[in-house]
Amino acid sequence: MEAHEEKPIIYTMENKPIVTCAGDQSLFTSLYTSLAQQLPREPMEWRRSYGRAPKMIHLEANFVQFKEELLPKDGNRALLTFPFLHIYWTDCCDTEMYKVSVKDDMLRWQSTLRLHGSVDWLIVVVESEAKKKNKTNILPRTSIVDKIRNDFCNKQSDRCVVLSDPLKESSRSQESWSSFLTKLRTLLLLSFTKNLGRFEDDMRTLREKRTEPGWSFCDYFMVQEELAFVFEMLQQFEDALVQYDELDALFTQYVLNFGAGDGANWLGSFCAPVKRWNGLLLRRPIDMEKRELIQCGEASLLDLRSYLFSRQCTLLIFLQRPWEVTQRALELLHNCVQELRLLEVSVVQGALDCWVFLSCLEVLHRIEGCCDRAQLEANCSHTVGLWTYATEKLKSLGYLCGLVAKKGPTSEDLNRTVDLLAGLGEERPETVNSLQSPYKKLNEALSSVEAFEKHYLELSHAAMEMYRAIGRKRSARLVGKSLAEFYMKKGDPERAEGFLEDSLRSYVAEGWSLQVTHTRKQMAECQKLLQQTEDYLQTSALLAGDANLTEEERKHFCQEILTFASQPPAPSDQTVALSMVAFAQLRQMQFSPPGAVVHVGAALQLELRLRCQMPVAVQVEQLAATLHFSLEQGGARGRAGSAQRRTGQGPQGQGDGVILFPQGSLLAGAGMGATLPPALELCEMQDRSPSDSSLNSTGVVCKNMHLLLRRHDSSASLDTPTAGALPAAVAVDDGAQMLRARDITLQPGDNSILFTAPTGEPGSYTLRQLCGSVGRVQFVQSHIYPVVQYEVYSQEPQLTIEPLSDNLLAGIPQKVKFTIATGHYSVKKGDALQLSNTDSMPILHSSCCSATILSSTGEHVGESGLSIQSSEKVTSISLPPTPPYHTLEFQLEVLCHIPSTPFKPDSERLTNGEVRHRPKSHSHSDSAMINIDQKVSIDCPWSIYSTHISLTFYVPFKAKHSILSAGKRKYIQVCLQNVSDTNFHLADPVLTERQPTTSVELLSLNAKTQQPVCSQQSVFCLWEMRWAKHLPLCLQCVFSASFAPVSASDTRTAFKPYRYEFQLDRVSTLYSLKAEILPPSGDQHCRTGALCGLEVSITRQAEPSETEGEEEESTEIEGLRTTKLMYEVVDNSSNWAVCGKSSGVVSMPVASSATHRVQMEVMPLFAGHLPFPNIKVFKYLPHSAVPAIQPDTDSCLENDNISLLDKGLDDQGDTASIRSRGSVHSVGSGEQQRGLPMPRLEPFSPGQVFNWSQGRQVLVLPVTDDHVMEVNVT
Amino acid sequence: MAVCIAVIAKENYPLYIRSVPIQNELKFHYTVHTSLDVVEEKISAVGKAMADQRELYLGLLYPTEDYKVYGYVTNSKVKFVIVVDSSNTSLRDNEIRSMFRKLHNSFTDVMCNPFYNPGDTIQSKAFDSMVSAMMVQVS
Repeated sequence: MEAHEEKPIIYTMENKPIVTCAGDQSLFTSLYTSLAQQLPREPMEWRRSYGRAPKMIHLEANFVQFKEELLPKDGNRALLTFPFLHIYWTDCCDTEMYKVSVKDDMLRWQSTLRLHGSVDWLIVVVESEAKKKNKTNILPRTSIVDKIRNDFCNKQSDRCVVLSDPLKESSRSQESWSSFLTKLRTLLLLSFTKNLGRFEDDMRTLREKRTEPGWSFCDYFMVQEELAFVFEMLQQFEDALVQYDELDALFTQYVLNFGAGDGANWLGSFCAPVKRWNGLLLRRPIDMEKRELIQCGEASLLDLRSYLFSRQCTLLIFLQRPWEVTQRALELLHNCVQELRLLEVSVVQGALDCWVFLSCLEVLHRIEGCCDRAQLEANCSHTVGLWTYATEKLKSLGYLCGLVAKKGPTSEDLNRTVDLLAGLGEERPETVNSLQSPYKKLNEALSSVEAFEKHYLELSHAAMEMYRAIGRKRSARLVGKSLAEFYMKKGDPERAEGFLEDSLRSYVAEGWSLQVTHTRKQMAECQKLLQQTEDYLQTSALLAGDANLTEEERKHFCQEILTFASQPPAPSDQTVALSMVAFAQLRQMQFSPPGAVVHVGAALQLELRLRCQMPVAVQVEQLAATLHFSLEQGGARGRAGSAQRRTGQGPQGQGDGVILFPQGSLLAGAGMGATLPPALELCEMQDRSPSDSSLNSTGVVCKNMHLLLRRHDSSASLDTPTAGALPAAVAVDDGAQMLRARDITLQPGDNSILFTAPTGEPGSYTLRQLCGSVGRVQFVQSHIYPVVQYEVYSQEPQLTIEPLSDNLLAGIPQKVKFTIATGHYSVKKGDALQLSNTDSMPILHSSCCSATILSSTGEHVGESGLSIQSSEKVTSISLPPTPPYHTLEFQLEVLCHIPSTPFKPDSERLTNGEVRHRPKSHSHSDSAMINIDQKVSIDCPWSIYSTHISLTFYVPFKAKHSILSAGKRKYIQVCLQNVSDTNFHLADPVLTERQPTTSVELLSLNAKTQQPVCSQQSVFCLWEMRWAKHLPLCLQCVFSASFAPVSASDTRTAFKPYRYEFQLDRVSTLYSLKAEILPPSGDQHCRTGALCGLEVSITRQAEPSETEGEEEESTEIEGLRTTKLMYEVVDNSSNWAVCGKSSGVVSMPVASSATHRVQMEVMPLFAGHLPFPNIKVFKYLPHSAVPAIQPDTDSCLENDNISLLDKGLDDQGDTASIRSRGSVHSVGSGEQQRGLPMPRLEPFSPGQVFNWSQGRQVLVLPVTDDHVMEVNVT
Repeated sequence: MAVCIAVIAKENYPLYIRSVPIQNELKFHYTVHTSLDVVEEKISAVGKAMADQRELYLGLLYPTEDYKVYGYVTNSKVKFVIVVDSSNTSLRDNEIRSMFRKLHNSFTDVMCNPFYNPGDTIQSKAFDSMVSAMMVQVS
């Protein structure tokens, strides 16, 4: 109700649109309460121009008494004081009264309104029953309303409303209220739309004039803010914010244009030097001081920005968007700094920092004021930026004011501080009483070193914690690192160390090399202060090898190490072990010889290629590689085979023995190392049985499984070696064997170092550690990967004898090769091999015998003569001096005599005389050679035991003999077969009797004395036997010949004898057979199918001698001594059919020239010259002679007999029916009784029966009427 | 226009990083490295919200007083970071986007090179000159 003072609005929230009330004031007063209550109760849709979305708004109004002064004068665009609606209240129900006073009053009101161009009015006529009752002479109530409508509302009848009984609780009254309120709201909105639209149009017009010279941003600002105020008044915060944002954007654009050279005059006031930097003020809805400054055009840029932001902040908080405030605040602060820079506004150094710091804290306080704790914690990500910014600014202020320096602020610093504090001005009244205001904080922080530290730490830790809480680890570390820098400045390295270490670890893990270098440098400084010598040296080593640093810096750090190294060692600590990685990198290793397998004591060199990371040459007193020695399974012997096994082995194992080490620079390696898994380290595994070292199982083992299968979590991934603590394993183990190189100068870059590897013990050597000593400092690489190892083997001396050719032939000199692998034994002068001589295999030594000495790699080392001395029992070969692990080779000729006795196929005679039965026959077929195993027993100088070596010789020949007869004359044929692969010359074949007797003369029929015998060919020799009286029953002959290989150079000496002994029994001819085939009578020739006569005459040639007579059973029959013979005619080739009797027994009288003739019938089955059928003669022994024969062979023979006859039967085919088995017996021994033992047949030995008709043929003609001709075409 | 351009591997080590004022190199390295925090935050937020809708451009990662840091992440989680000067107000979101697109195309070319080992630092001259062009254009 109060009329407003001249200075009306400050707090827009408390403002309401003004509605004036004219007419009956008491009436209005009575209705005011309910009206004010009911108006905002229901929302109203506000349709707006320019396509803006309609809104539902709750209307409120400030009802004031109508005064003419309230009406805006021309040009006054103040919207907040603008009366949007004018209401005239009347409860007049008397026509007279209306006419007399009310109408005039209304007319006056109307004219006043019209004068000011206001068309937003309403006349309210209140009706009440009570009043009506009092007045009896009243007109119908409508008439007053009608009159008013008639008088004032020409066409706008809705401008007059009736309110019935407003103070009563009736439905009529309510209805009337509701329609009245609706009308009121509609009219209010109508007025808003109209008036605001007009205002906006004006505002736009003003804005369009901004290029005109006199245009002022501040004026325009006030105009648009007026609109914002109205929207805020209407609680349209969104729209209000839009107004401010538009202003913000407009101003920003001007600043940018100014920066681009398009300056506006009005902007000059904003370019004034900044004099106050007291930060944002967000605690008041409207900062009137600043607003006034803007209004007067005296505001600085910071003032304008601060005011604008405070308004935006207020509206955003109304809109419940506090996080937008923080975001906008950060943008604003950054923007302001930029704008001041752009406009080249002069600012006291540090002033902006103060402003930003205060502003950050002010925003944070404001946000804290409107949010609860949980909300704040959940939205750290929005506030942390401000916290960090404040921290940074405070830090820079601290540096500026000398609060970080160890000594404390200087007077200059203090002056600066005072200036800065002066710019803050007085603390604002809102916060004077609060304990912790941004103002107080800054004041306090700048007042003393301690307070600064307290506040700075507080802020830093808050920021760090927030970053950690939202998972921004890198940001947190950056804050931590900045804190570390602060501590370092303060001279407090203990507290800095942790932060630096943490940061460094993360940079190393993620492979950011520049950060690593930078942080490491800080770390080095810190460690130096802390006197952590070892760590410092390690860091220095890393820095000295860091390519990101300048040459001078690297040299400096390198010098740090060298200086320390050259200092005399303190008594307490011995040496300092550092990681090799920083100092130098292993690039390559190369073994020479490449196989890396050598025998004991051999020279093995290892070339190491080391890339030195240091910027200057470093003198290394000793570079040593520790060796791990292991005696491998199956150690000392048989290592020759392992050389092949090893060559293809090893992860980088190339044929040339080069082992490459993974490349990559130190930093990249560290970065990658964290991300890539280590390479598989595989080795083969063989499980051998302990007893006989046979392979049980084999497999592949992964050696670094513990690394590969390790759990990978975030902390472990950062676990790479850094400048911090080294792994404990750097300890140098002294006891083990080492590869050593002394006094080396390592130049920057690649260096080549040669080691001589110890090969004293057989076994496997693995390189474990690499350690370089520089004075007191040792650089240690705790393990070498890929695994580098070499093997040393030991070998027993060994003698082998092997033939030069495939087979050694007996009888002729053969060369054998002696090979001595000296192994670990060194052959000294005077050492000799003692070969025990045997008769059957003499060693033929010639003077020009020399031995070749080969090295272990097969290189020819030397040659020297051998002296061979033979005594009766031993042959001694004195060996030339030979170093160990060499091979001595020489050749000797040996001769194996062919044993003269004929061999039985299944027995062999050894040269030492013993006959050994071998389980398997070596000469099972005719062509196979007979072999002789010759054992040689050798005494070697390196062993007390004799070495037995067996050589197998093969007899090159095979001899057979046979006796040939011609009537009574006898010939001996010897067949000599060459079963070897060599061609021979055969000379002087001689056949002699073993015990020469005069009775027999052997006449050679062989023409040549020398003839070749090719491989696998035979030579036949023939001798005629002549005898004087009669032949001896048994003749023992010796065949001898000499032979030599065709290839032999000296034929005369090369000829070697060959002997073959054999025995001939019963060689003299006892009987002669003569057969004659007679054609059938009357025919000149035999014809097929016609029976012919076969006459066989058996003639005794000689009387059996005494000895023979014993064998031959003779019987006395009728005083005549006879022997019984059985004959048989068999035709195996089915040329003949024997008809009738084919065999029979004849008794031959024991008298010379006694002849027995047998007639038989045969039938030729084919035409042509047919050979005679076979005629066989056997001795026929009657059963009485059985006891002389062993019983078991008897039955055997009997069966043979039968089978023999059966065979004959079968062969004879269709004539079989003619004969019967019984006939044999009946003919042979008619008097014999059945049941008695069977008589026996015994064959004659070859030569005893001579067949005159052997090979004779008879012409058989075909049958004349044979009209069937068989033609066989094959 | 850009003052620093960086390509960062999936494992967060730099594949390529170049900045224009050489003396500030270290600062840019720190800035880029720290921006990975926000990149990760944004990736994980996107991962939760809309896995299928692939917006590679991450927008402004964070502003500092002097610089604005923008991020972009490829489907293979390689990150691109572009730092521009705050005073350079002519750069709008669209320009930044197109810069990232160019960068991505060029990076794809690098990856297509059969002699390039994925995970190695980028030493391609073509890539380098493209980056140089982006840096020089306005500034």
